[in-house]
Amino acid sequence: MVNPQMVMYEEEFNQIQTVVDHLVKSANAKSVFIVDKNGQLIAASGDVEHLDTTSLASLTAGNIAATGGMAKLLKENEFATQFHEGERANVYITLVGNRVILVVIFDAKSSLGLVRLRVKKASEELNHIFENLLKKVQEPGGDSPFAEITDEDIDNLFND
Amino acid sequence: MSFINLMAREINCKIVYYGPGLCGKTTNLQYIYERTNPEAKGKMISLATETDRTLFFDFLPLALGEIRGFKTRFYLYTVPGQVFYDASRKLILKGVDGVVFVADSQIARMEANQESLENLRTNLAEQGYSLDKIPYVIQYNKRDMPDIATCEELREVLNPTNVPEFEACARTGVGVFDTLKAVAKLVLTELKKGGP
Repeated sequence: MVNPQMVMYEEEFNQIQTVVDHLVKSANAKSVFIVDKNGQLIAASGDVEHLDTTSLASLTAGNIAATGGMAKLLKENEFATQFHEGERANVYITLVGNRVILVVIFDAKSSLGLVRLRVKKASEELNHIFENLLKKVQEPGGDSPFAEITDEDIDNLFND
Repeated sequence: MSFINLMAREINCKIVYYGPGLCGKTTNLQYIYERTNPEAKGKMISLATETDRTLFFDFLPLALGEIRGFKTRFYLYTVPGQVFYDASRKLILKGVDGVVFVADSQIARMEANQESLENLRTNLAEQGYSLDKIPYVIQYNKRDMPDIATCEELREVLNPTNVPEFEACARTGVGVFDTLKAVAKLVLTELKKGGP
């Protein structure tokens, strides 16, 4: 198996959510996201109601993938962080454990220095959580939660 | 790599539309976008050049409905078809769960189809996937054009392993949803097995 399926369990989800919730406050950020490298949103916190989080997640992953491609061409392992500065909003993007992407959106109420500092600590915590999660997913006997779906269930999805 | 969120009860899968330049990958996504209920789709994003050629990718999130209480979401991506965008194509294939190869039926594009299919195989292999193992369907697009190859000819050259194939005219929508349903079904069946 090249890419083990990513499964998110309640326990780890809550741990991740706690970290991102805390990061929004400690970094004085507007919002924080966790996105997997394939562009799927894992967790979000802060002012996210009016944001198109699905599109942001996909574009962030595309961005990280493109930057990773550039790194490879320049014989770098990875460019782990990116910073985009706007007039009102700034985005700080960092790779966590080469597995997931942490995105912090902040405005003038915070600063790059503070965000960097807080992200560092949050990254370590997240890395630890994702390591455990990956171990859990790879444990033998961890059947796919979809083992019981029938062909009929799948057909029903396409009947309308 | 599908992403299953047991907490939010969601399954997320990634489908990539591959094929030579101007074969109709973006048109497939545009048709799906136009004909899907607003509540079942997100925004379609196209990272294209000024002349509307795909530069990096098109992206369309779709919610297909629920299976046993799990919301199924499919993220559709296209790759840039032009030969020199190969670095970008490789990136988009990362974590793919299912592939649609869109072939251009016009006789003049036969060589481009073959080249793109070979490129797909190579790029998948680089990521550790095999085209013979992952959910994969093929679409013979532009059936409404003059000077097209017959399906038999296309099959012989592009589909020796006999994967599900569909005739299509993406501009008018013929075959577009059949193709999508077929690949989505294969992806879900694979998920049931616990793969990929």
